[in-house]
Amino acid sequence: MSPEETTPNMMSDRRKFLKNGARFVLLTFAGGAAVERILSGEPVVRVLADSYTGTPGYDVSQHWWGMIIDIEKCIGCGNCVRACKRENDVPLEPFYFRTWVERYHVPAKDMLHPEAEDHPEVDSPDGGYDGFPERYHAGDGSKNFFVPKLCNHCAHSPCVQVCPVGATFESPDGVVLVDKKYCLGCRYCIQACPYGCRFLDPRTRTADKCTLCYHRITKGLTTACCETCPTGARKLGDLKDPKDPIHEFLATHKVQVLKPQMATGSKTYYNGMDASVR
Amino acid sequence: MKGGIKDVEHFVRAAVLVGAGLCLFLVLRGFLVPKDFGVLGHYRAGALADIAARPASFAGRAACEECHSDVAEARKGSKHEKVNCEACHGALAAHAQDPGSVTPTLPDTTKLCLTCHEKNAARPVNFPQVDPQEHSGGEICVSCHKPHHPEIE
Repeated sequence: MSPEETTPNMMSDRRKFLKNGARFVLLTFAGGAAVERILSGEPVVRVLADSYTGTPGYDVSQHWWGMIIDIEKCIGCGNCVRACKRENDVPLEPFYFRTWVERYHVPAKDMLHPEAEDHPEVDSPDGGYDGFPERYHAGDGSKNFFVPKLCNHCAHSPCVQVCPVGATFESPDGVVLVDKKYCLGCRYCIQACPYGCRFLDPRTRTADKCTLCYHRITKGLTTACCETCPTGARKLGDLKDPKDPIHEFLATHKVQVLKPQMATGSKTYYNGMDASVR
Repeated sequence: MKGGIKDVEHFVRAAVLVGAGLCLFLVLRGFLVPKDFGVLGHYRAGALADIAARPASFAGRAACEECHSDVAEARKGSKHEKVNCEACHGALAAHAQDPGSVTPTLPDTTKLCLTCHEKNAARPVNFPQVDPQEHSGGEICVSCHKPHHPEIE
């Protein structure tokens, strides 16, 4: 072949192809987007912040919810577990919990070995629903305590990040919620949560978890678990409310979050948490 | 197209199909994605109202005290003052809404008190807890302790 048939023609061929191809894709996209705009009607009107929850007077931008769990006060009575199941219609089988209580036991023989903190004995009979039958002996040198757990309503939640469809999200007032109408039941969020607080509701086949009793807190009530806790081990807190006691509590107590290395931005603060808690 | 792509017709056909597919996708998306998706974040804003619409089962202490102010008075100064009513009496929003329609049943004090006060190694040491046999020989708690004011003076 002569030179003018090969290299120059091929070069201009490719360039023209790319140019025309790009023009084509761009115009198609623009055209399609324009049609979509037209068909989707007028732009969504920005509704007043206080009507997003359907509760007049509750402005989502004025609240940032968190929770304080005081391990030094928890007596493992199970009131919170029962109340939550009652309030939120959680299936009663022992695999489904929006909140549960764990009992930690560091045996006496391990108390002198710091690494033993990695191997506590942890039990949670039916999540603590019927309390904890006595298994250990007080005063034998072992360390025993209860740890209530729930969704931590993380500010940088891994579960929200992995949802493929946008069915789980953090509300503007800091509560991580699940949109049951949108959830596919793919279970990616259940896998992603480092705290194990999510489960698949067997009845709706959608992801479910603690909603911080959103239907209660938007109406000025506290969560069911906090309402029934007899010792005040669980306290709901509104971090945006300057008068909320949570600010004083956080300033006067040494608190931790679960799994800080995961950088989840957890808003559930534990007072008196031991190193053995995982 | 000048410049000589050979047999350009077959390419045009494919391009038209891809273009049509893209257009169709965008149009369908316009129909199927809810209008309130993306308003507050990558989720359907209407979900907030859906979730907040659930009726409450627990009334909350304030609701109880509206009518039962005598009990609220009796509990003042007692160790049980901070324990909310429904922690022992169960979920009673239905009763608070319409007192006549739902009559609460008294909790079973042979079991209720021990839920919190039975001796357990994992309970905080200064929390009042007893072994019922040792403490009262198995006699029920309310024979000495009034639930709303449990201190024996």
